Amino acid sequence: MTEGRALRAVVALALMGGVVLPILAGFAQTARAAFGVLPAIGAVDWSFEPWRQLMDLPGFGTSLRLSLATGLGSTVLALGLAAGFCALLHGRMGHGAMGRLLMPFLAAPHAALAIGLAFLLAPSGWIARMVSPVLTGWDRPPDLATVNDGWGVALMVGLLIKEVPFLLLVMGSALGQLPVRAHLAAGRALGYARGVVWVKVILPQVYPLIRLPIFIVLAFSLSVVDMAIILGPSNPPTLAVAIVRWFSAPDVGLILPASAAALLQAGVVAAAVGGWILGERVACHVGRWWLRRGGRGHGAEPGLWAASAVVAGLMGLGALALVALLVWSFSWRWSFPQALPQSWSMKLWMTPGSGWGRALQATVVIGVAATVASLVLAVAWLEGEDRARRGRAGWAQALIYLPLLVPQIGFLYGLNVLFLTIGISGGMLAVIWAQMLFVFPYVMIALSDPWRALDPQHLRAAAALGAGPWRRLWAVKLPMLVRPLMVAAAIGFAVSVAQYLPTLFMGAGRIATLTTEAVTLASGSDRRVVGVYAVLQAGLPFLAYGAALLVPAIVYRNRRGLLGGAV
Amino acid sequence: MRSLMIAVLGLGLATPALADWQQTLDAARGQTVYWNAWGGDARTNAFIEWVGQQTEAKYGVKVEQVKLTDTATAVTQVISEKAAGKDSGGSVDMIWINGPNFLSMKEQGLLHGPFAADLPNAKYVDLGPEAAAAVDFTVPVEGYESAWRLARFVFTYDSAVVTTPPRDMAGFLDYAQAHPGRVTHPDVSNFMGATFLKQALVEFAPDKAALLAPVTDEAFENATGFLWEWYDAMRPFMWREGATFPENQSVQQQLLNDGEVDFGVSFDPASAAGAIAEGLLPDTARVFVPRGGSIGNISFVAIPYNAANREGAEVVANFLLDPATQAHQQNIEELGSFSVLDPARLSDEEKAVFAALPSSPALPKLEDLGPTLLEPHASWMTKLVDAWGERYTK
Repeated sequence: MTEGRALRAVVALALMGGVVLPILAGFAQTARAAFGVLPAIGAVDWSFEPWRQLMDLPGFGTSLRLSLATGLGSTVLALGLAAGFCALLHGRMGHGAMGRLLMPFLAAPHAALAIGLAFLLAPSGWIARMVSPVLTGWDRPPDLATVNDGWGVALMVGLLIKEVPFLLLVMGSALGQLPVRAHLAAGRALGYARGVVWVKVILPQVYPLIRLPIFIVLAFSLSVVDMAIILGPSNPPTLAVAIVRWFSAPDVGLILPASAAALLQAGVVAAAVGGWILGERVACHVGRWWLRRGGRGHGAEPGLWAASAVVAGLMGLGALALVALLVWSFSWRWSFPQALPQSWSMKLWMTPGSGWGRALQATVVIGVAATVASLVLAVAWLEGEDRARRGRAGWAQALIYLPLLVPQIGFLYGLNVLFLTIGISGGMLAVIWAQMLFVFPYVMIALSDPWRALDPQHLRAAAALGAGPWRRLWAVKLPMLVRPLMVAAAIGFAVSVAQYLPTLFMGAGRIATLTTEAVTLASGSDRRVVGVYAVLQAGLPFLAYGAALLVPAIVYRNRRGLLGGAV
Repeated sequence: MRSLMIAVLGLGLATPALADWQQTLDAARGQTVYWNAWGGDARTNAFIEWVGQQTEAKYGVKVEQVKLTDTATAVTQVISEKAAGKDSGGSVDMIWINGPNFLSMKEQGLLHGPFAADLPNAKYVDLGPEAAAAVDFTVPVEGYESAWRLARFVFTYDSAVVTTPPRDMAGFLDYAQAHPGRVTHPDVSNFMGATFLKQALVEFAPDKAALLAPVTDEAFENATGFLWEWYDAMRPFMWREGATFPENQSVQQQLLNDGEVDFGVSFDPASAAGAIAEGLLPDTARVFVPRGGSIGNISFVAIPYNAANREGAEVVANFLLDPATQAHQQNIEELGSFSVLDPARLSDEEKAVFAALPSSPALPKLEDLGPTLLEPHASWMTKLVDAWGERYTK
């Protein structure tokens, strides 16, 4: 017991020192600048001036509204669509098949997907090329705002393609903990339609288990930068993009209002989460009243079909976007309205020296290091919980997921200043550490439930046979958990590969990964080069997920009983 | 330790004068220069890579390009470093810079120098007080940055689609009205978008001389009256009805390649020829400039005050001015951007190298480009961008 406490204390200290303090310190730096103090540019007097300046910046109000609409809208839609899809297909589709279907979308980084999607949807894009000029009569693209539209619809579509699969994944693992079949049987026996049993019986039980991932999705959608640059409107852009623009404007005085806006961005996320919780209460009351009415609601089924059709449509778009990038990376000239490139070339793939070779190497090194370190920390934390025989306290939960809930832009600028003061910026270690802030929580999300679901009988049996806590960990727990460990590692690696702002800020721009290069190049004009980077960027996590499926099969090749259980 | 400190300090004091170039060369050997440069153009990136190979072979100085989406990122980085009290050993060694970013860094005392006039190859450059390489957006350079490539504002178009491009900026209004949705410019928060407006400002302003002095409210009112009239009339006929704009010139070039718009913009007269060679524009792409000439300026490199590899950066800045380097840079098969050297200062052999460079039908001759118009004072650009934002960003 004491040993468990000690282990937990060590991990908690590591988290405090490595996560919470730096984030707070980063916020403190940003807050100082937000209230007028940034001696480097000669600003030394505390004031509300930056806030007044912020309010006066052109387009500020629109940016804020746009962020709220796209962030809240895409989260609500993603939840509804994922729930509908799950209701219709859970049980009709194996867990494994579902996992394989979701894998490409979980693995593809936001930026890569957004670039592909922008090409797909543009008036001169792939869809238009496939039907032109035969069906449309367009020999030149029409002037339609199908991407970068002022309402942020294209941005929301992009967000949905990433978020719905994520929510499906967490819903799937939450459903694994519920007696879904028994509920469904009972509900149908009472005359409720399948869809209604889902909404009235199963969803209320699933919801508490996926609440945290929903908040993460909400926080992410409200503060996304890379996807919003590529798919969102530009005049004005969403608040997060506007902040990045202000931070990097030639007029350095704008850093002050930009800092104020970065604080505001954190406030927006907090308010949105608060509003969501309020919404939950209301939904709860309304839901009870609705439940008590006892409607059997055979009419719900078409709604589920519609939601599932939309999800299928989104996945189709996402898949096409990724294929489009692959095609571009092998093309030379591909102009409107050709459905396929006029000429092909392997040139870009044959020249890793042009930059992608090194970026690939840096990405792998950082990804492996951040993932392994996060995995070790996560195992230490969970083992600590086991040994102390205690569940996770609320504060610990909040602590772990803090980096996913606060907007990166709010503290990264301040954190960079802090790092420079200590003198550890611009290095590989700083980047690995900064990425761990975001990799570790995802590893914990992926690993916690399977870890707790491990049958304690095995451990008791091992203990009875005289195995101590370390031996139980090495000889029983970890081998039995190879599959979830590998999945957690794959998710962690994918998260690492996709990190943009932490790499950019902490690497002082010197550490070029596939993602930073892809986003930089997306600001250039060469879809073919972007295609190469995006294919690699999406391909790496793909390989990681592949390994996550393959390794357990090899490890368990003579332990077939383990292949089915414990996950 | 102390004597080492004094030696380092002594070095720091001695460098501004650059009394001994050999001393700089010795100190530079083994350094890696982190050159912060906009990374959106593959040809420029390849050129910088080539520069690094050359300087490593010749002087033992490596070059790493830090690819920026926006030059101001590097400025922000230097400011962060200054905020953190990191006054030496900074992470930015050299910046591709000009205009407002230069003005901002110079005013904040964030630049190392003066050094430009002391580079050995500075003898090939006209640095007289009125010369193009001595002022940056009318702000005197005073040796705080060194020239490396010439920039001229040009429009690109597909000659197979557009038979008669607009004659001047006023002509763009007629063109847009005749062909709705086919004209646009990069977002004004971007340098090139601002330059599109400046080109119109220079053409329309009644008093051109006022543009060369720091802007005042009154001068701005006088100079921009017709500009806004013109823009208001054109905006409803622009791409996406002027509600959104391409992020930068590369994105606009992609729109041109996709056939969504009819014109691209560039600061590089060789851009069409270069893009054709890269397969990024159709073979029929050409460039044109407005009848009265277009804005021109020079791209510079500057060294932050706290650069860790200052000597290396000076060696690279000097290498960039080498006639052989400038000829390589002007070669359409490499970068295709015009030399900043003064032809009068080159030897006959050096001139012959330039004369023998390959040509391309899409590459304009210098005389096709018409007169070079001076950039307005940098404060005009800031004010113009702010005013545009207030009018059109709602």
